[in-house]
Formats: sequence, structure tokens, C-alpha cells
Amino acid sequence: MIELCDLSKHWPGAPAPAVAGLTLTVPEGTSCALIGPSGCGKTTTLRMVNRLVAPSGGSIRIGGQDALRADPVTLRRGIGYVIQNVGLFPHRDVAANIATVPRLLGWDRARIAARVEAVLALVGLDPARFAHRLPRQLSGGERQRVGVARALAADPPVLLMDEPFGAVDPVLRGRLQEEVLRLLKQLRKTVLIVTHDVEEAIRLGDAVAILRAGRLVQHAAPAELLAHPADGFVAGFLGQDRALKRLALFTIAEAPRRAEPVPGEPLAATATLHQALAEMLARGTRAVPVVGGGSLALDDLPGFAAPSPGTEARSP
Amino acid sequence: MGALAEGLSWLRANPGIFLGALGEHLLLSLTGLAIGIALALPLGLLVARRARLAEAAIAAAGLLRTLPSLAVLAALLPLLGVGFTPSVVALALVALPPVLVNAVIGLRGVDSQALEAATGLGMTARQRLLRVELPLAAPLIFAGLRIAAVQVVSGAALATFIGGGGLGDLVTQGMALLETGRLLVGGIAIAALALGMEYGFGRLERASARWSGTA
Repeated sequence: MIELCDLSKHWPGAPAPAVAGLTLTVPEGTSCALIGPSGCGKTTTLRMVNRLVAPSGGSIRIGGQDALRADPVTLRRGIGYVIQNVGLFPHRDVAANIATVPRLLGWDRARIAARVEAVLALVGLDPARFAHRLPRQLSGGERQRVGVARALAADPPVLLMDEPFGAVDPVLRGRLQEEVLRLLKQLRKTVLIVTHDVEEAIRLGDAVAILRAGRLVQHAAPAELLAHPADGFVAGFLGQDRALKRLALFTIAEAPRRAEPVPGEPLAATATLHQALAEMLARGTRAVPVVGGGSLALDDLPGFAAPSPGTEARSP
Repeated sequence: MGALAEGLSWLRANPGIFLGALGEHLLLSLTGLAIGIALALPLGLLVARRARLAEAAIAAAGLLRTLPSLAVLAALLPLLGVGFTPSVVALALVALPPVLVNAVIGLRGVDSQALEAATGLGMTARQRLLRVELPLAAPLIFAGLRIAAVQVVSGAALATFIGGGGLGDLVTQGMALLETGRLLVGGIAIAALALGMEYGFGRLERASARWSGTA
């Protein structure tokens, strides 16, 4: 669990605080995406959590412990950190990069070697092929995976990710997000993610915190955020198509199934409502068949896209 | 060809004088180089992370570098007198600028993301220096050592003017006595030493580049 309480940061000489009175809790085993326009204080906030930036005021508790009282070096070794642009050590091979924190913690060789293999497999890289490559011999996506593996190496309960997928192309980014999402759920990590990408925030965050000029504007689950933006700023930041984005949060399995059969290729129940709508538009139909029988109708989608207050659709 | 033969015959007749001068030359050069490195490397480490000090250090080193070695020797004469010590001091001053400048530039050029990762993952300042900064700066640091070594070995030839000895003695004596053989042996030996330093430290430099993953 990460608890930020009344956290603030004043840079000397700056007219306005970078972060002001930020209170935010990330419950155990969940992820929270910090998002906002550049300069909103999201990266500063993240860097205060592992004490790369010293807060001007407020408190930070990680797993119940006062992070500001802890020794910063010890604190950082207990927090997984995926930095912007990966930041692999160019002179160390993949295995040595991943072994960074275990080595600092003084693990023995056998334990480190076993752990390196395990986390490489976890992020989908074959240890036999990748362990002894240098970072410059990797593709952008492989580097990002190694960055995640390095952060997970010592199995920290808390993970900080700063624009973790910023350096790869959109297609690959989508796939990496998918995999990391699965991984984080499986490992039940408590995660704070900084991103400037709305799609990424609603995809990776169990909760999304929107910051503006160092202040928290709204903190809510993605479905709630997209349905009820707190103000014009949030609505504008989420985009005109926030109803469409919201459809991507639900699967066909969560929507009402109609009995009447519809012709055409059936969609899997695990497909998102966003994908289902795209199919309906592509096929020029008002309903699509679903694998296992029955169909999904266009008329049932508005409740998921933009529920009216009081008739809230079930959150994911 | 005649001159070369003269050189060889002088060498054959005076191996003791040659080896003595060579020994002095190496002792002068290596002592000066060692002192220069011992001063410049820690200084470089100290100023590299402070932008203003780093700039000042590079400017000062540039100034020192423009001073001709002979002028430095002459200037030291009234301060330190003649002999081995002032020669070594002068050579240390010759070694200092390239080592300092390259160390500062090398350390400042280390990938900032790698530094951020080192700190963020929980390395102490010392661990970061030894495991990340120095290995990544190593190729430039070794290039500085190579330049310094070559300049010191060449510069040591001037020590003869303030009684520091070395292979320069053979050159000045050869000129004074109109003894071409002695002159030539001294000159060739100095050139060979400089080339040897260039080669030896060049190999170290390339090895460090492989070690730091930048080759």
C-alpha cells in the first residue's frame, strides 16, 4: 500500500508549487495511474515516493512504514523502479542488469542466477537467448521488457513506473501493456504508474488520478472517471470520445446477452464492447453474434458507454 | 645510412650511458605521470558532478595546456632550482590537463538515464561511481591517460635543460660535442618511447571500451 498525505513540493525559485497538498492512497495489490498534462507534477510525485526528490511537506507511507524516515538507499532497494526510456546500464548484459538489486541486497550467486532466469521468463524473454546480450543488441520492446524484469528482480511489493512504454511504437505498446497488466495482476503488486497517455492510464490503472498544476483534480476508477468527469478540464483531458474509451473497459461477457440469433462470424465473450461496436459498424448491423450462442445488441451499449447517474453499470 | 651506422656504433661503445639515460627518462616520466594522474583523477571526480566547477576546471586545464613545456621548466627554475624534482613537477603539470579534461568530459557524458536508474534502484554514491560512472567513462579516461603519457615522455626530453637528466641529455650532449651518433640515439629513443606509450595506452583504451560496452 502506498499512502501519500498532503504531499507537496516547492522548487526553490519556482513561482508555484510543483505538487500541492496531494493526498492519494494506492491500496495493496492495486495500480494507480497518475496522469495529467506535462508539468502537472506527476513525475515529481513519483520521484518523491522513492526519495529521488525530497518533499517540501506532507508524508509518504509505504506498506505502513514512514518512507521519509527510512534510509533512502534501503527504501529504494525495496521498490521496483521502471524508469522513463528504460535506463539500462549499457555496459552490463541483460542478466547483470536484472541482477542489480539482488546483488545490492547481497544474494548469493545461485539465487541470483535462478531469479534472473525466472523474471526473464516472466516478461516473455527466453533466458538462453537474452541473458548475455548487451542492451544495444536488443530491440526497443525487448529493452522495455528487461526494464520491467529488472524492477521485478528482488520481488518488491511496490512498483513505480515512469512512462514505462514511452519508447516503443503504438502496436508494441498495446501488447506490452496487455502483458504487464496480466503480470501485475498475477503478482498482486502495488503499482504507481506515471503516464501522459489516457488510454494507457485507463488500461493499466485500477484507479486513475488526474493532476493539474500539482493538484489532484479527480481520483476514480476508470469507468467512473469516464462516466463522470469532475469538471471541464478532466472531460477535455479524457477526450471527446470518452464514451468510446469506456466501452473498452467491459467485455461482451459483462453485457446483456440477447437470445435472438444473428448471422455472421461470432465474437468471443472476452472481446471488449469497444471491439464489438467496431464490428457492428464494420458489418453494418445493429447486433453481433457471440460465441456460445445469442447476440449482443447495439441498443444495450449506451448504458456502458455513458451511464446516466443512478443507473450505474457494473464497474469492472 | 651513415648517420644510422654512427648511432649504432655509439650505442655499441656506450651501452651504459644509454641505459642510464633511458632509466632516468623513464623514472622522470613515470613519476611525473603518476603524480599528474594522482592529482587530476580525484579532481575530475570531484568536479564532474558540479557543472560550474567542471567548466572552471576545463578552462584552467586549457590554460595550463597552452603553456609551452619549456616555459614551465624555465619558470620553475627560480622556484625549485635544478635537477630531478623540478623536472618531475613540470611533467606532472604536463600530465594534468589531458587527464583532468577527459575525466570530466567522460564522467559528464555518462548516460543520465543509467545514472537515474543506478540511484533509483538503490546504489549508494560510491557504488554508482564504481559500477556505473567509472566503467562508462573509462574509454575517455584512458584516452586522457594515453595523451598525457605521450606528452610526458616527449616533454621529459626537455628536462635536460634544468639538469633533470634523461634521454634529452644525449641530444644536448650530442649537439654540444658534435657527436651525431649520441644525438641520434637520444632522438630515436625519445620518439620510440612516445610511440610505445601511444600504442600501449591505446590498447588499454580499446580494452576499456570493450569493458564499458561502448566498442
